[in-house]
Amino acid sequence: MTTTDLSTQEVQAPITQMESEEAQRYYSASQFQLIWWRFRKHRLARTGALILLTMALVGLFAEFVGPYSGITRVSEAVLVAPQAPQFCNDDGCSLRPFLPGITSERNTETLRMETKIDPSVRRDIYFFVEGEEYKLLGMFKMNTHLFGVEEGSIHLLGTDSLGRDIFSRTLLATRTSLSIGIIGVIIAFVLALVIGGVAGYFGGGLDYAIQRLTEIVRVIPVIPLYMGLAAAFPKEWSSTQVYFAMTLVLALVGWPTLARRIRGKLLSLRGEDYVIAASLAGAGPSRIIGRHLLPAFMSYIIVDLVISFPFMLLSETALSFVGLGLRPPTVSWGVLLQDAQTVRAIEQAPWLFIPALFVIVAVLSFTVLGDGLRDAADPYQVSG
Amino acid sequence: MAKTKEMTNNNLLEVKDLKISFKTDEGIITAVDGIKFSVKRGQTLGIVGESGSGKSVSTWSIMRLLPKNSIIDKKSSIKFQQKSGKVVEITKFKSNSRELREIRGGEVALIFQEPMSSFSPVYTIGNQIMEAVLQHRDVTKEEAQEIAIDMLDRVGISNPAQRFKQYPFELSGGMRQRAMIAVALSMNPSLLIADEPTTSLDVTIQAQILELMNELQEELGMSIIFITHNLGVIAQVADEIEVMYLGKILERGTTNDIIHEPQHPYTQALLKAIPRLDTIGERLTAISGDIPSPLSRPIGCPFYTRCEKVMPGICDVKMPEPTQLSDTHTVYCFLYEEKNV
Amino acid sequence: MSDTLLEIKDLKVYFPIRRKNLFSGVTQYVKAVDGVSFHIEKGETLGLVGESGSGKTTVGRSILRAIEPTAGKVTFNVDGETIDLSTLLDKELRVFRKNMQLIFQDPYSSLNPRMTVRDIIAEPIVAQKLAKGDEVDERVREAAALCKLNLEFLRRFPHAFSGGQRQRIGIARALVSRPQFIVCDESVSALDVSIQAEILNLLMDLQKEFGFTFLFIAHDLSVVAHISKRVAVMYLGQLVELAPTEDLFYTPKHPYTEALMSAIPEVDPNQEMNPVNLSGEIPSPINPPSGCRFHTRCPYVQDICKTDEPKWEEIEEKHFVTCHFANTLTLKGAKMPPSVDAA
Repeated sequence: MTTTDLSTQEVQAPITQMESEEAQRYYSASQFQLIWWRFRKHRLARTGALILLTMALVGLFAEFVGPYSGITRVSEAVLVAPQAPQFCNDDGCSLRPFLPGITSERNTETLRMETKIDPSVRRDIYFFVEGEEYKLLGMFKMNTHLFGVEEGSIHLLGTDSLGRDIFSRTLLATRTSLSIGIIGVIIAFVLALVIGGVAGYFGGGLDYAIQRLTEIVRVIPVIPLYMGLAAAFPKEWSSTQVYFAMTLVLALVGWPTLARRIRGKLLSLRGEDYVIAASLAGAGPSRIIGRHLLPAFMSYIIVDLVISFPFMLLSETALSFVGLGLRPPTVSWGVLLQDAQTVRAIEQAPWLFIPALFVIVAVLSFTVLGDGLRDAADPYQVSG
Repeated sequence: MAKTKEMTNNNLLEVKDLKISFKTDEGIITAVDGIKFSVKRGQTLGIVGESGSGKSVSTWSIMRLLPKNSIIDKKSSIKFQQKSGKVVEITKFKSNSRELREIRGGEVALIFQEPMSSFSPVYTIGNQIMEAVLQHRDVTKEEAQEIAIDMLDRVGISNPAQRFKQYPFELSGGMRQRAMIAVALSMNPSLLIADEPTTSLDVTIQAQILELMNELQEELGMSIIFITHNLGVIAQVADEIEVMYLGKILERGTTNDIIHEPQHPYTQALLKAIPRLDTIGERLTAISGDIPSPLSRPIGCPFYTRCEKVMPGICDVKMPEPTQLSDTHTVYCFLYEEKNV
Repeated sequence: MSDTLLEIKDLKVYFPIRRKNLFSGVTQYVKAVDGVSFHIEKGETLGLVGESGSGKTTVGRSILRAIEPTAGKVTFNVDGETIDLSTLLDKELRVFRKNMQLIFQDPYSSLNPRMTVRDIIAEPIVAQKLAKGDEVDERVREAAALCKLNLEFLRRFPHAFSGGQRQRIGIARALVSRPQFIVCDESVSALDVSIQAEILNLLMDLQKEFGFTFLFIAHDLSVVAHISKRVAVMYLGQLVELAPTEDLFYTPKHPYTEALMSAIPEVDPNQEMNPVNLSGEIPSPINPPSGCRFHTRCPYVQDICKTDEPKWEEIEEKHFVTCHFANTLTLKGAKMPPSVDAA
């Protein structure tokens, strides 16, 4: 080796080992690729993501997937138990699924309407049947439903005391509850990002003031706050107004925790050598934030978002359940569960609890998805 | 393989065919690959190596202090002579067995680089030394306290009775390292493993700690395995030196052999690469290239990718057998193998 | 002096310690750097050594204004102009940064893992819009080639590289804006011996070719000795000695320098180490000792050292020292190489 010869031969250090294609791919993989590769290995989280995706899609196209609208009453089918499609009855079997017929009559002693299964009647289930008219996504007028019966009615998850189809109503509720969660989380996040970001980036007295404010908001007991805020909704508000007011309430309670996390992360990032390197390279605040802080932050933001979802869902459900949140005719999981508050419901119509299963599945899915994302979010821990 | 129960040559520890691998996401990584070494009573064995050489892993295995995903190969053997004279095979012990605890407690002690993390922050230094004494010696609390204070005094901590009551964060780095040595010595071990004990210390403090360790060894007659990347440090403390690279031993000899008559091209290059005060202004001779990742360990001699004297077709085919240059000096290199044959 | 690139005068960096509670109004200061003056000549390497807590890193960072100095003046002679760094406004400072760069200690944390090597190296010229379009790539390739990086690497992310290669990337980033002055803050201490030698050689080669000026900060005296033309020794926020490398190492004038030198372990087992025993520990920089700051640990301490602060004096040509007895003490330096002995 010659000493000062920097010219040509020595310039390119050889790529020392034979590098496999896989290694090459790994070396030039960006952050999101690395995260994705690690996330893919997490089976539970993938399942969670799949479930949530299905729920979101079904919620979005609730009117199409469900055979009825949320307010349709079928008077001859009150408190019908869930019906499972069958392929066989006493008459033999067929490839087309069908349901037994339902008849209802008044009980002469209790004077209540009672429904009875009539196995002799066979109601075939058809796909893409025409039924009630609705607007898909609020825009396209349609009357095709995914499935249905030509005569009588179909209630996969049963009906409530007014004869409304629980399956259809649960799908609509899924849309309401998920969307309220999403909007709530987004509002909380924007608040947290701005407030926490300002505190973390600028530090000093501003940070001190914001910290104290955050603490004050955090020490207010959540339940009375909810109740107070929700009780303040004027009765004459439309369901849309209540809906947006709810998202605001949820966001106002949710932001301090997130803001703290963002501030802490920013503070630690600001001291990173590479951030100092950027400022020494002459980069201004916008470049430092945009190129260095935010990208380092993205993965945490996503994880935090996902993890704060269950809180939003549960809050909405709880509030609506006790009657402080959304109100009928809006349907959400919490509103549906209001019907299941009485002992009579538990005794006579346990299927009214079915929406609770959706809540549980959604919350669990968000939790495992968040877990998987968190594990994958920092791909540089291992690979160094 | 000798089946006698006695150790040869006044050895305290004999390690043979030691192979340690780790299961990771990326596959199985072999950190130590079939090495052999021994430690004589009352002597200091120095192990030098750069990052990834396996110097720490090979010695932590003596106490079986390896992470859960490690695999010690079945053929590996670590023989240790206990104070009672019994020779035990450490690789055969079950983890958490009584025998293993005996080894860790009273026979082999470990000090390492970061003295802060080796102490619990919520107990005083004295408390933690007492704890160690109480576990390994049959004494009362009062006696244990006396021993602990005496230990602190012996490792050169001034005002030991007062320091006894202090918490780890109240001590400086050098003091903490002394206290860690005190804990290690309070169990009266026959083998002390020192893993880069001075690396995070300033030179003036480092010199003091090295001096202390030399004194204590003379006084207590224990054996030491001293692990470092610093050839200057090792030259000052070791009787014998082993040079490791990527999980293999490349050269072994007395300190004089290694420092004054290095034979392996790696040892030679390493010595030339250190800046020294008596060669100010001279250009350093660097070793070209990078240390290969343990994931893509070269076949054959691990150093051939960077060796100036590499012989293609020989070095990159298989690991050379040891060549005995003298009673004390062994080198693993094909340059010398013919002389042996 | 006409060929002075950088002049540092009475630099002070104090860090306030937060008040323990709302009511006690007393603020104490950690005097990390407490009155340091020196200059750096164009094209030379000035070494700065000291133990942990001596304030050497703070000196380097405050010269670059990565940390705002509390007091003092840093002037920079560039293109015939004298610029007082401490008076530059944020915007002007950002523009001026192309003239000075920092090479970090830790090659892992100093590269943004989310940017490609190309973007990392390009940052100084892109952030200041010093080049546009193809010129950026051209200059990045040029800097990478100077640091002996394979151009194939530019597409990759830092996680593909080992410590030595990452440090080369860091050096390339420092070179790309063609700065005059580069601070190397412990830039080789995290590297393995065999890699360290290569990086040192690289830095020396680059200096020879392009005439960079380095402030080389390290705790390892042998490394500093190798790369520097002059060396400054720091203790507790102040300089205690500054001299041309060979003078400092072979004929030190300050007891602390002697102690540091004697503590370096010799790579020769026959050469007994004989470290000067410094009593005690480095005192706290919150309340530094009165008089000479080293008096609490100095083996040659006299009464005067405890009360009077020694002056920063040039006792031989270019040999500065802060000690009352610099001229009377006979101190032991490093062993001279045979050739110097003969001469």
